[in-house]
Amino acid sequence: MSSPINRSFLGAFSIATLALASTALAQSPVKIGVLEDQSGEFAAATLPKVHGIELATEEINKAGGIAGRKIELVVYDTQSDNTRYQEMMRRVLQRDKVDVVFAGFSSASREAYRPIVNQFNGLAFYNNQYEGGVCDANMIVTGAVPEQQFSTLIPWMMEKYGKKVYTIAADYNFGQISAEWVRQIVKENGGEMVGEEFIPLGVSQFSQTIQNIQRVKPDILMTLLVGTAQASYYEQAAAANLKVPMGSSVNVGQGYEHKRFTPPSLANMHVTTNYIEEVDTPESKAFISKWRAKYPNEPYINQEAENSYHAIYLYKQMVERAGSTDREKIRGVIAKGDVCVDAPEGKVCIDPKSQHASHTIYLAQVGADHSITFPKVWNDIKPYWLGDAGCDLTKSDPSAQYTPSNPPPKG
Amino acid sequence: MEILSALFAFLYQAGDAFAFLVLAACGLAIIFGMMGVINLAHGEFIMCGAYVTVFAVRAGLPLPLGIACGTLAAGLVGILLELLVVRHLYNRPLDTIVATWGISLIATQGVLILLGSTMRGVGTPLSSFTFGDYSYSQYRLVLMAAAVVVLVLLYLIFNKTRFGVHARATIQVPHMAEALGVNTRLIYCLTFGLGSALAGLTGGLYAPTMTMVPSMGATFIMEAFVTVVVGGADVFLGTAPAAAVLGVIKAAMTSWQGQLAGQISMLIAVIIVIRVLPNGISGWLLRERG
Repeated sequence: MSSPINRSFLGAFSIATLALASTALAQSPVKIGVLEDQSGEFAAATLPKVHGIELATEEINKAGGIAGRKIELVVYDTQSDNTRYQEMMRRVLQRDKVDVVFAGFSSASREAYRPIVNQFNGLAFYNNQYEGGVCDANMIVTGAVPEQQFSTLIPWMMEKYGKKVYTIAADYNFGQISAEWVRQIVKENGGEMVGEEFIPLGVSQFSQTIQNIQRVKPDILMTLLVGTAQASYYEQAAAANLKVPMGSSVNVGQGYEHKRFTPPSLANMHVTTNYIEEVDTPESKAFISKWRAKYPNEPYINQEAENSYHAIYLYKQMVERAGSTDREKIRGVIAKGDVCVDAPEGKVCIDPKSQHASHTIYLAQVGADHSITFPKVWNDIKPYWLGDAGCDLTKSDPSAQYTPSNPPPKG
Repeated sequence: MEILSALFAFLYQAGDAFAFLVLAACGLAIIFGMMGVINLAHGEFIMCGAYVTVFAVRAGLPLPLGIACGTLAAGLVGILLELLVVRHLYNRPLDTIVATWGISLIATQGVLILLGSTMRGVGTPLSSFTFGDYSYSQYRLVLMAAAVVVLVLLYLIFNKTRFGVHARATIQVPHMAEALGVNTRLIYCLTFGLGSALAGLTGGLYAPTMTMVPSMGATFIMEAFVTVVVGGADVFLGTAPAAAVLGVIKAAMTSWQGQLAGQISMLIAVIIVIRVLPNGISGWLLRERG
């Protein structure tokens, strides 16, 4: 039956298969751990982050992977629970042996898992806007920070609406440190803080808070509220006819409250964000159509979704230029100061001193019908505060978080 | 006018806190007080009522009818759960805690998977009014009235109807009531349904003022348990005065030092009450009377 030709063909075929198999072995996948809150208090804002990571992974794998290696995602639901972050961070680093972890929504969760990343000498991307100040060689932060969000927003609002500012903030590290930034920037611009109230997470009734605000009649109200329970504030304030212009670093861009509430409860809200789906550029539109093709039922594409998406491309570039997933080789690439990608928001670059990202900052204003306009856009705002204050990860790694009142030690 | 404005502001806030506490707690208090069952799925009955209300309003019903739908739906779900789960655990109080907790996890996660992480609400009805220096939401007055109406209706149900007499008899001496021909199983079932329906009513009433998320019930739980612990087992002698006392404490502390102080003061109140009056306000009142 079998002719010599046939046999030699078979032989060649089996050699070819063997060769293919061995290259496949050499090309083990790049494993990315994904720890995000897919259920619980923060799920609404966090589910799009997971989708952003999946979308970028699919695109990269279709185009041949990272330096020829496919990306493999290891996804766990952290349930909006800090303890889960700690358990699962250990699990992805020790058992799943991932090359990098994309993790965290709330600042409390980031501070919960960061010591574990340090302990196992891992590398983690934090793709969330936050209160700033993390100077840690094991962390790369692609979210916006106060010098990008508050130093743009607050002076603009004070010029337009007045100098009396009132802050209501979620009562944990994010809200406390963000409120400190607000205080500092208001003071630098000759304004006056007329009130400050910290709200425990999970509180949903705001009658008294609304009255406290009415009592001192501020010109601007900074709302740094986090989580779905606290978002009930807007509905209740609107029902009580409180109409102070509002500013925020987290609303709209993160929790898409303007889509979830009945107009006009979010009217006159101002948010500085590095991306939201209303951004009207060709890059943004192309991004949205790709997204909607994969996730037609996505309620909203928020700034963290875009951060997570472009973070995968940033990581791809770092690994390809370093020729390895080794953290120190990757940091060597970052130290060159030219790791940049063209993201849907615009150009994003990683700053070597702080390992934070530069951003295009859009000032989004919510109208009475909850439509979004962009009265101002700042291009290429660098995450300068940490570097200026004395954090330089190319020289030393303090693995600490700094605030305006607790800056890095000099010298 | 200054004093009047401040006084009204304080009364409004205390009333608002009172309404929230009464409505959050009454369903829990009935199920606990009448049946001794600690229902950890209480928040999910509230969520159920809120979601059904929003769906009904979206389907074109006016809000009051929507709230009625939410109340009814939560009540029916409660009766169903009583028949399937709770009924079999009456002599095992610790097991009911675990079972109802499990139900609450299933409900929260099930709604998240089926209906998504968030849903658009219906918006607060009515408008606002101004008194002195402050403006207020009219709908919050409706909530305060609703809390009082619920208390009055419960009083009438338990003291003036046949069901109420049977229910109280069942609680006092179940075997005697049974011997006298009371269908205690049915009474337990209806009582659980009533407690669930009250939770649903609370969800429906608060739905327009809150974010619609699967975990929304959790924001009521702390206040509900605090009120029941302070009040003790009796709804009228316990829940109502406890809510009044806690409402005043919470409003005063929140006005003075902010939300955090308000929350802390409530928890401190519970600790003091547990230490001084282990059976709650109602236990103390009943002992004083007896």
